[in-house]
Parts: sequence; C-alpha cells; structure tokens
Amino acid sequence: MAEIGIGHYLTVAAALFTIGIFGIFINRKNIIIILMSIELILLSVNINLVAFSSFLHDLSGQVFALLVLTVAAAEAAIGLAILVVYFRNRGTIAVEDVNIMKG
Amino acid sequence: MLVATIAFYIFATVLIVSALLVVSARNPVHSVLFLILSFFNAAALFVLLGAEFLAMVLVVVYVGAVAVLFLFVVMMLDIDFTELRQGFLQYAPMGIIICIVFFAELAAVGAGWVVMPSAHTIAQHPTPTGVTNTEALGHIIYTDYVYVFQGAGMILLVAMIGAIVLTLRHREGVKRQSAWSQVGRTRAEAVELRKVRPGEGL
Repeated sequence: MAEIGIGHYLTVAAALFTIGIFGIFINRKNIIIILMSIELILLSVNINLVAFSSFLHDLSGQVFALLVLTVAAAEAAIGLAILVVYFRNRGTIAVEDVNIMKG
Repeated sequence: MLVATIAFYIFATVLIVSALLVVSARNPVHSVLFLILSFFNAAALFVLLGAEFLAMVLVVVYVGAVAVLFLFVVMMLDIDFTELRQGFLQYAPMGIIICIVFFAELAAVGAGWVVMPSAHTIAQHPTPTGVTNTEALGHIIYTDYVYVFQGAGMILLVAMIGAIVLTLRHREGVKRQSAWSQVGRTRAEAVELRKVRPGEGL
C-alpha cells in the first residue's frame, strides 16, 4: 500500500468541503443543517492547514488552525443565538422568508 | 507504517461517510450525532498528522461545546422538520452539478501543485525536534502570536456577550428572589410573640 502523502489529506479535505457546499444547497430551508455544513467546511479548512503544517514542517499552520477553530466556535454560538431569537419571534426557522425582517 | 496507512483510510472513509449523512439525514438529531462522529474522525486524522494538541482541542471544543450546543438547540426548538425538507429533490440536481464542478476544480489545483524545493528553508516556525507538539505550539503562541492569541480571546468574549444579549429576555410575572428585602428584614416585622392559652388556638 502506498505511503500516505499530503495529497491524500488534501483529497479528504476537498471532499469534505464539497459535501459542506452540497449540504448548503440541498437544505435550503433548514438553517440548522446549513450551520452544520459551515462547520464541516471550516473543519476541511483546518485539515488542509494541519496537513500543510505537518508536511512542510512549519508550526504556524497549526496556530492558524487554532484561530479558525476559535472563530468557528464563536460563529456557531452567535448563529444559534440568532436562530433562537428568530424562532421565538416567528415560530419557524424557515430561512427563505427571512428577508421580511429587513427594515 | 502499514498500520498508519490502514488507519488513515479507515478514518478518512468514516469521516466522509458521516459528513454525507450529516447533510442528508432525515432527523436533525441524527445529523448532530453524525457531526460528532465526523469531528472525532477528523481529530484522529490530526493525531496521524502529528498535531496532538489540535486533535484534543477539536474534541474538547467541537464535540464538547459546539456539537452539544447544536443538540440543545435542535431539541429545544419545536419544529416540524419534514416541512423544512420540501424542495430537497428540487435543489439536489443543481447542487450535485455544482459540487462535481467544484471538486474537479479542487482536484485540478491539487494535481497541478508542487512543493517549492526551498519551501522548508523559508518556514516561519520550523517544527522543533525533541519537544512535544503542545510545548512547541505553546512556545510560539505566547511569543510570536500573542496579539493574535489575544484577538482570539476577544472574539470569544464578544461572541459570549453577544449570545447572552441576543437571547436574554426579561419575562413579566415571574417570581424572583430579592436578596435585598430578605437581608433587610428586622426582628420586629418577622417574629411576633403571642401568649397562647391552654386549650385554645390562636
């Protein structure tokens, strides 16, 4: 069996990114799944960063992966908070008619 | 080395399959559980890459905080999810086409990409030998990246305050404890001495 190189990890990350985009496309109405798809996309970015960091022997990539992790956690918290407030006001989470909120 | 190869293929396969199930599961609770599974497998890939600290942070932050937050929200909101799935098949063909194009583009970039031979000489922070991954990361996070680190902390603080401000509401008609009036009671208004005769009530 062949040695695992950086290309293998990049392929996994690319597949994960594509699945995330696919999830956003097919779950147009369910914003919870859309947020989870965004988490998947950020996870694939992290895999890319860590793979490059590991194969190029440069630690800075892991530092930036840590920052991406931080931003992903903050984004999930804020997104879910907005979702809860929206549900409290409207009684639904269908995101297609969110634009009635614009002032 | 064979063990590492087999482990990579197992973890990568489970990661991709569980990610697919995240976006296509009928029940959002199952989606969250598959999300947790894919995070665990990504953490295993990080361990294979030698990034132990990030793997543990991934498990702690994502599985322990973010996924549980998703689980809370999914279970707390009373939503008819079958209604939200309408249009699933309507969007799927377009999504598949765009995903194929996108994956082909990423694959083309990956196939045409080579490491510059002098790349290791311009590394910002070459991975030190003889120290653990956590120690090496700590050495550079708290020195060269200290401002970025503080900025990350500020982002988390802003997110925390923002989430609290957004979701906190003052409800009317709820009985609350008033510590001030509890502490401010005097003996005169709280205790009364009555003389009770035998055989009679108050």
